Amino acid sequence: MRYSGLRVLKEALTGHKGWKPAWRDVAPQAHYDYIVIGGGGHGLATAYYLARNHGAKRVAVLEKGWIGGGNVGRNTTIVRSNYLLDGNEPFYEHSLKLWEGLEQDINYNAMISQRGILNLVHSDAQRDAFTRRGNAMILNGADADLLSTETIQKRYPFLNVNNARFPIKGGLAQYRGGTVRHDAVAWGYARAADQLGVDIIQNCEVTGFRIEGGKCLGVETNRGYIKGDKVASCVAGSSGRLMAKASMRLPIESHVLQAFVSEGLKPVLPGVITFGAGHFYCSQSDKGGLVFGGDLDGYNSYAQRGNLPVVEDVCEGAMAIFPMLGRVRLLRMWGGIMDMSMDGSPIIDHTHIESLYFNGGWCYGGFKATPASGWCYAHLLATDTPHEFATAFRFDRFAKGQMIDEKGMGNNPQLH
Amino acid sequence: MSQINRLGGGQIDRTKTLDFKFDGKSYQGHDGDTLASALLANNVRLMGRSFKYHRPRGVLTAGSEEPNAIMELRDGARQEPNTRATTAELFGGLTAKSQNKMGSLRFDFMAINDRFSNFLTAGFYYKTFMWPAAFWEKVYEPIIRKAAGLGSISFEDDPDDYDRGFLHCDLLIIGAGPSGLAAALTAGRAGAQVILADEDYTMGGRLNSERFSLVDQSGADWAAKTVAELTSLPNVRVMARTTILGAFDHGIYGALERVSDHLAVPEVGKPRQILWRIYSKRSLLCAGATERPIAFENNDRPGIMLAGAMRSYANRWAVTAAHNVAIFTNNDDGHKTAADLHAAGVSIAAVVDIRQDAPLSEEYEVIAGGQVVNSNGRLGLTSIEVSLPDGNTRALPCGALGMSGGWNPNIHLTSHHRGHPVWNEKIAAFCPPDNGPAGLSVAGAALGNFTTAEALASGACQANAILKDLGIKQNKVVLPLAEDAPANMTPFWYVKGCSRAWLDQQNDVTVKDVKLSHQENFISVEHLKRYTTLGMGTDQGKTSNMGGLAIMAELTGKTIPEVGTTIFRPPYTPTAIGAFAGRDRGTDFRPTRKTPSHTWAEEQGAVFVEVGMWLRAQWFPQAGETHWRQSVDREVLATRNSVGICDVTTLGKIDVQGADAATFLNKIYCNGFAKLLVGKTRYGLMLREDGIAMDDGTAARLAEDHFVVTTTTANAVSVFRHMEFARQCLWPDLDVQLISTTEAWAQYAVAGPNARKLLKKVVDPEFDLSNDAFSIYGLRQYHCVRWTKSAFV
Amino acid sequence: MIINHPILGPRDSAEFTYMGDAALLDRPDWQAKDALLQFVDYGYLRDNPAGPHIELWYHEQGDRSFLVVTRDTTTHQISSVKLASDVARGRGRSK
Repeated sequence: MRYSGLRVLKEALTGHKGWKPAWRDVAPQAHYDYIVIGGGGHGLATAYYLARNHGAKRVAVLEKGWIGGGNVGRNTTIVRSNYLLDGNEPFYEHSLKLWEGLEQDINYNAMISQRGILNLVHSDAQRDAFTRRGNAMILNGADADLLSTETIQKRYPFLNVNNARFPIKGGLAQYRGGTVRHDAVAWGYARAADQLGVDIIQNCEVTGFRIEGGKCLGVETNRGYIKGDKVASCVAGSSGRLMAKASMRLPIESHVLQAFVSEGLKPVLPGVITFGAGHFYCSQSDKGGLVFGGDLDGYNSYAQRGNLPVVEDVCEGAMAIFPMLGRVRLLRMWGGIMDMSMDGSPIIDHTHIESLYFNGGWCYGGFKATPASGWCYAHLLATDTPHEFATAFRFDRFAKGQMIDEKGMGNNPQLH
Repeated sequence: MSQINRLGGGQIDRTKTLDFKFDGKSYQGHDGDTLASALLANNVRLMGRSFKYHRPRGVLTAGSEEPNAIMELRDGARQEPNTRATTAELFGGLTAKSQNKMGSLRFDFMAINDRFSNFLTAGFYYKTFMWPAAFWEKVYEPIIRKAAGLGSISFEDDPDDYDRGFLHCDLLIIGAGPSGLAAALTAGRAGAQVILADEDYTMGGRLNSERFSLVDQSGADWAAKTVAELTSLPNVRVMARTTILGAFDHGIYGALERVSDHLAVPEVGKPRQILWRIYSKRSLLCAGATERPIAFENNDRPGIMLAGAMRSYANRWAVTAAHNVAIFTNNDDGHKTAADLHAAGVSIAAVVDIRQDAPLSEEYEVIAGGQVVNSNGRLGLTSIEVSLPDGNTRALPCGALGMSGGWNPNIHLTSHHRGHPVWNEKIAAFCPPDNGPAGLSVAGAALGNFTTAEALASGACQANAILKDLGIKQNKVVLPLAEDAPANMTPFWYVKGCSRAWLDQQNDVTVKDVKLSHQENFISVEHLKRYTTLGMGTDQGKTSNMGGLAIMAELTGKTIPEVGTTIFRPPYTPTAIGAFAGRDRGTDFRPTRKTPSHTWAEEQGAVFVEVGMWLRAQWFPQAGETHWRQSVDREVLATRNSVGICDVTTLGKIDVQGADAATFLNKIYCNGFAKLLVGKTRYGLMLREDGIAMDDGTAARLAEDHFVVTTTTANAVSVFRHMEFARQCLWPDLDVQLISTTEAWAQYAVAGPNARKLLKKVVDPEFDLSNDAFSIYGLRQYHCVRWTKSAFV
Repeated sequence: MIINHPILGPRDSAEFTYMGDAALLDRPDWQAKDALLQFVDYGYLRDNPAGPHIELWYHEQGDRSFLVVTRDTTTHQISSVKLASDVARGRGRSK
């Protein structure tokens, strides 16, 4: 069934009786060509692109809870491709290009809203760094624009440009950046994958791997053993505890990141704005809530909730640049589990165990990567060679000293 | 204007009349009123518009769970969008405006959406607006954004102050209804350090809303007397207007005290609100319960409200929403509202009880086995349609309808650590989870103890258990006798066959939407919530979630506990961003670190640069220089040709002392320091464990066992941290001590061919600065000045 | 969170800086034959358990002690707090 305005019209006139399940509820089969573990954005995108780009037939997505229940359902919805390093930028630019055509591709309106992202600059050194980054973006085919304080003041008259502890000295804009309705990404990919024959199996938790002679044969689940020719882990924040079942230690720590939404407001912000002298980023959803976030709480956690000091820190960032938000109320806060890698960049690679693949280490940038992550992971799974945009995302880069460390923070996951 | 809906009695002060404005029109209320009670007193039932269909909305509740009566409070820079009229205290000169409308509240052009509701079902936007691709940002989204959102902001800086504070206690009691007061009395008289917090401005909870008495006094009087005693105890801190927003780790709670929200403007020197971080050894949740509405066709008209709220308005605020009222209930509690309103002189159209064996009344009609199947009235209720047990339908004129579908314990805080609530069949509601926050107990209605006697007893009992745990001797407390009649209830969620029956009145989620969600396989409670937006409003679904779950349970053939429930997240009620930020805003966002020469540099007209929290003089423009390069070039040339000085105090400085100081530095730097002579300085490079450069600086040896290390400005903290790690965690037996002296020593670089000449002018002649006496990398001490000569800056 | 400092008593965790897995105490011998491999593991691989986690907290806004804290990463409950220098000695570290 295709979605369209006409279809909505027709269903409205006939009592909405024709709408079909967005994806089928199926029981697991005994054997699949590909088993993707994790029904989040990346897992569902991987399954979709396996079917769409590589003609894969027997694909299953195993989800321990409900699809889209992890970080794709709890993030600040920002998409952008403003990276500095060559290992990253082409990949994220590919992702942004996929976002740009996603709705037509999967026939689902994920409300991809390219209203731009603005990174504010507060010192000369920061301007230098952003200039360099902007140039790197342009060299990789992305768009970037360095803005003066005057331009910023004109375009964003509500910003606290001068009367601030860290006056605004400029900014780097990427006009193609923006936001996406996060839940819709999971549902849209699920529906599109389902229509290509992918089995999406909810409430199916992987409890172990069956590994013999250095080869992964399938997975044990709470719904029985499932044989898989290729098994692909794609569980972000849960990577550590899942791969421990294959006796693997990872260059990843799981940390909690909180995110926040305000009560609904009539239009306030055009696009995404990030504060450069603290850690604060903010946009407004189509529904009207301000969606914002800041730093990690800064300790290992799987608890999906955070603590007060970081809430206060994030709101201080808000009041530093938007003192007009003082009386706006914070409606809800929540925590997600971030798979913080040792250099701040992800991994899309095969493991040392044959037929077992790994996708993770997205830190808190996983959402924007969803389409490219699925695209490149599917490519690796189908062809056993890394996709050209993901060649740097290897496990062995740490041993070889080829880290992709955008911030130069070293092996300190909470600082990436 | 006369307050035609004002009844006799109540806990308002009729001697104080307050003027206020709603949508530009003037009204009067009394001290003790909320904005909602004052509006009802003036026969204003229409208070807002819903989010999607712009349906007329009146007040549903009498508390912080309110989804409908939300408005823009105050004017100018103090404008607060989405303020609940049910909790806003009335003050003289208050102004409020209705929101989310185009035109007037009565004639909202956006109400056209309601005509198209058939097209605007749950999730319709995911299925359309995709063609042509470029139209989303340009055409569709701007229209949607403009229509969406609720209230608007002023775009002016918030003029008020916010404070943050810290409190410690043995026992934090959350909620001052019967159970909370009984617990506070028990723990307070025993001498425990107690904090009693309640979001309301008058403590007592339901005691203020009910007519029954505790032996010889009214519930409200007992509450007031108890609060007075508690206030007099030095070990009890009584905090009204204080909402406990969230349960955080290890007994830490966030609390918001609304210091000045009941005033036109804060008193001079007082903050608007205070965010407290409360450290409690134990805590007790006495948050009471929230009544459930019943879903039936068009159950969202102004005038249709919760029966318990009607009772609060009548008994506490002496107000009725209309003079002809009907009740729709599935339990005995609903009948109480009819009895109380009747006693206050309000005419009862009928009590419609779904139960065949409903208790009857001699004073008014009870329709046992009846159901309200529809309602009428464009901007406010005019009549309801009742289906009778014999299959006939009867129209009943009424201006207000009280719904009572049973009560849900307020367990929000117990799930802030993601514990999953447990279903209680007896009250057909979710009760606190077994794995709630450590140290948090629950009492009273929040635990499902719905009678006043049970609530009092359970509050005292839980407090005693906590005292025992804490090793505090108990003091016997005699509680007053109170009503103990169980409220019988038959679970009932929605009227069969209804379609446009509202579950979430703010977000316009109806029974029909839940059915569509099920049809499209959005069956998991989390999918249901996200797909339909059920419970995503400013009330976090306090009155709406249960209905949705019950309907999903029926559609899937499961029980409600099998379907499960979403969990609540902090904050308990929406909280101002300004309160979380406190005074760390604007120019006070972060401290400013200044170098010793800062004032001098300012006087010279220096341009400063931010380096972390430091301000460093960047260049010193002189008259006639219009571009920074002119100033900088001049300064560079002056240094190259003569001499320049630079305040480099921002560089990190670490004092390293101890017998093993040299050994320690040998391990820390990649180059050797053991052989560095006393009185010499050496450049040092620090590496991370992976071999990448971490920091560099110099180390000067002042004595065999004494070094001073410098770091870069940016890494001053992280290098010190790293050195402490190495000292304590890697080589714990080395005899070495560290201290940061970054702020203790001013540091200046003097550079250029005339550097020596300049220095000679500031030292006594006997201090020899010649090359022989002061060689490269040499270190000299002169009075309280340390000099190093270096080829590295 | 509250960390019960062995010397100073209960302190708010906001006074501390988190420093990661306490396996960082077990710095490999740089002269070992396979030192390179050991350092890759030491630097980059983590157990990252969902459950009790033995970790380092640095009392940066306090007495600058490094503490070894055992904390459950699923509940944040803390079961033990020790001075890191004592733990390091217990693991055979000295000079």
